[in-house]
Amino acid sequence: MKLGNLFKVAMNALRRNKMRSFLTMLGIIIGVASVITMLAIGQGSKKSIEDQISSMGSNMLFVMPGTMRMGGVQQGSSSSQRLTTDDVNAIKTECNAVIAVSPEVRSSGQAVYGSSNWPTTIYGGNEEYLEIKSWSIVSGRNITDSEAKGSAKVCLIGRTVADELFGEGIDPTGETIRFKNIPFKIIGVLEEKGQNSFGQDQDDVLIAPFTTVQKRILAQTYIQSIQMSARSAEESSLAQEQVEEVLRQRHKLRENEDNDFEIRSQEELATTMTSVMDILTILLGAIAGISLLVGGIGIMNIMYVSVTERTREIGLRMSLGGRGIDILMQFLIESILLSVFGGLIGILLGLLASRIVAALTSWPITVMMGSVLLSFVVCTVIGVFFGWYPARKASDLDPIDALRYE
Amino acid sequence: MSAIIDISSLKKDYYVGEVTVHALRGIDLQISQGEFVAIMGASGSGKSTMLNIIGCLDRPTSGTYLLDGINVAGMSKNERAAIRNRKIGFVFQSYNLLSRTSALENVELPLMYNPRIRAKERRERAIASLEAVGLQDRLDHMPNQLSGGQQQRVAIARSLVNDPVVILADEATGNLDTRTSYEIMALLQELNAKGKTIVFVTHEADIARCMSRSIVFRDGHIIRQEEVKNRLVAAETLKALPVEED
Repeated sequence: MKLGNLFKVAMNALRRNKMRSFLTMLGIIIGVASVITMLAIGQGSKKSIEDQISSMGSNMLFVMPGTMRMGGVQQGSSSSQRLTTDDVNAIKTECNAVIAVSPEVRSSGQAVYGSSNWPTTIYGGNEEYLEIKSWSIVSGRNITDSEAKGSAKVCLIGRTVADELFGEGIDPTGETIRFKNIPFKIIGVLEEKGQNSFGQDQDDVLIAPFTTVQKRILAQTYIQSIQMSARSAEESSLAQEQVEEVLRQRHKLRENEDNDFEIRSQEELATTMTSVMDILTILLGAIAGISLLVGGIGIMNIMYVSVTERTREIGLRMSLGGRGIDILMQFLIESILLSVFGGLIGILLGLLASRIVAALTSWPITVMMGSVLLSFVVCTVIGVFFGWYPARKASDLDPIDALRYE
Repeated sequence: MSAIIDISSLKKDYYVGEVTVHALRGIDLQISQGEFVAIMGASGSGKSTMLNIIGCLDRPTSGTYLLDGINVAGMSKNERAAIRNRKIGFVFQSYNLLSRTSALENVELPLMYNPRIRAKERRERAIASLEAVGLQDRLDHMPNQLSGGQQQRVAIARSLVNDPVVILADEATGNLDTRTSYEIMALLQELNAKGKTIVFVTHEADIARCMSRSIVFRDGHIIRQEEVKNRLVAAETLKALPVEED
């Protein structure tokens, strides 16, 4: 039989049993819709995490002090006090994959303005600190090189602190606040960043020259960490190697000695976080995939029933000249039509459901063209796969037996 | 007249478990163009097996079978399907029409399996065929909207549509009352008069008297073969039948 006629015959058969055809398709519809929606949700949350991580800084690397032994006793992480501003200067001159570097020191305390006060953290950095953290200033100016080196009593204020001390939305540039009894002149207000992915308020900060925090507040010679930007994301690991080499040399570590510092990169953090999201996406997709499989088995079941029910029809078609292949194709096309139509409706439903979830949760949900295409291909394959067996059974029938079937 | 069906020393054995059933034990049979042959016999006599082999639904264990000059005994499944499609028309006891499918589409069915025939020609031939059985005003009726006699007429139209060399009817009047049976026989006689060769399996002696020759099977052999004398004209018998009152 010609392919066009086969399609016509299959369509007529499906139309004759509208309700059954629809219910059979429903399995596929739900399966496809859930695959698309689940993958969209997975991808959406991955994207939102990626966005948050990239908002932390640009190609950021940071060095933290490592563990230290004191007379054979391990002192826990970040206990080493061996990072200094000289290390920072060495990185600046020797590591060409690093384009910006800043020391970081921090101290917690109460910020006071007039009768208001607010507990916050003051971070000390140099003039490149904001650039590394990809932070911009909404009013006022950045710390200058000479202020950074000269322990100037100036600071940049985060939106939360400004709101708490001065009131909602007020620009406090030029005012003076006190932190641990030291007066700081506010030279600028930081752009609002909101919460990070761990729920911390990133705007609850003051940023001052590192020398000021190090000498006037903490009275220490070491620094707590070194913050850096690699030239590009690709050069992030090269930068990491260069920094490690410089620091090992400067800290006079022998070949077999462990680092007394740790280098972490934003890349690493992003990779960890996104791999978690990938696992989640796979999990969601797999669950949805199972429902698609169940839908496929539903098609197989119905096709079996249909073949048994239409045994006499098959016998008749054979006696009128239908070959095995004609019968096989007729039933195969029926099951493909069921799964493909089901798939198309499922795709539409999946797109709609993704839209709804996006609207309700305000996640950046993205439906990947790939997942739509994949579901469609999977549907067709399911149609062929699960239709094959029943169709084969039909085409193997003996016309004499089939004609007599009651 | 040339032989449409030429069967010689044809045997058919079935294997049921370890037992061999000799359904046909050496049949010699010639049917010529324009004949109207009754095949008779009790159940188990081999007449159904004979019909299946004549209809190319089954193949003989040994012997030769020439259908319209073509040796079909050794043909493959697909070749036999093609032969059935081009050379044979079937009429069944239980009509075997596709339900929820119009009379026209039912009649078109055999031509669907012939890729050389286009949709337009298919439709024209199906309409002509339905006209030949007097159902030109029932084209779009579904089988459940037709009486038993009308359904069998649709089935006969379907068997005619591919212009076969022989029409095989298997107890075609078995499900019909006497009156309708004779109506169908009158139709078949009319077609036979136009030159159609018909082989009709029946166990009703009255019906067999409408045909030109009767062949009686028993235990896999042909035990009697004779020209029908005093052949009944179905149309006249029909007039003689008392009209039933509702």
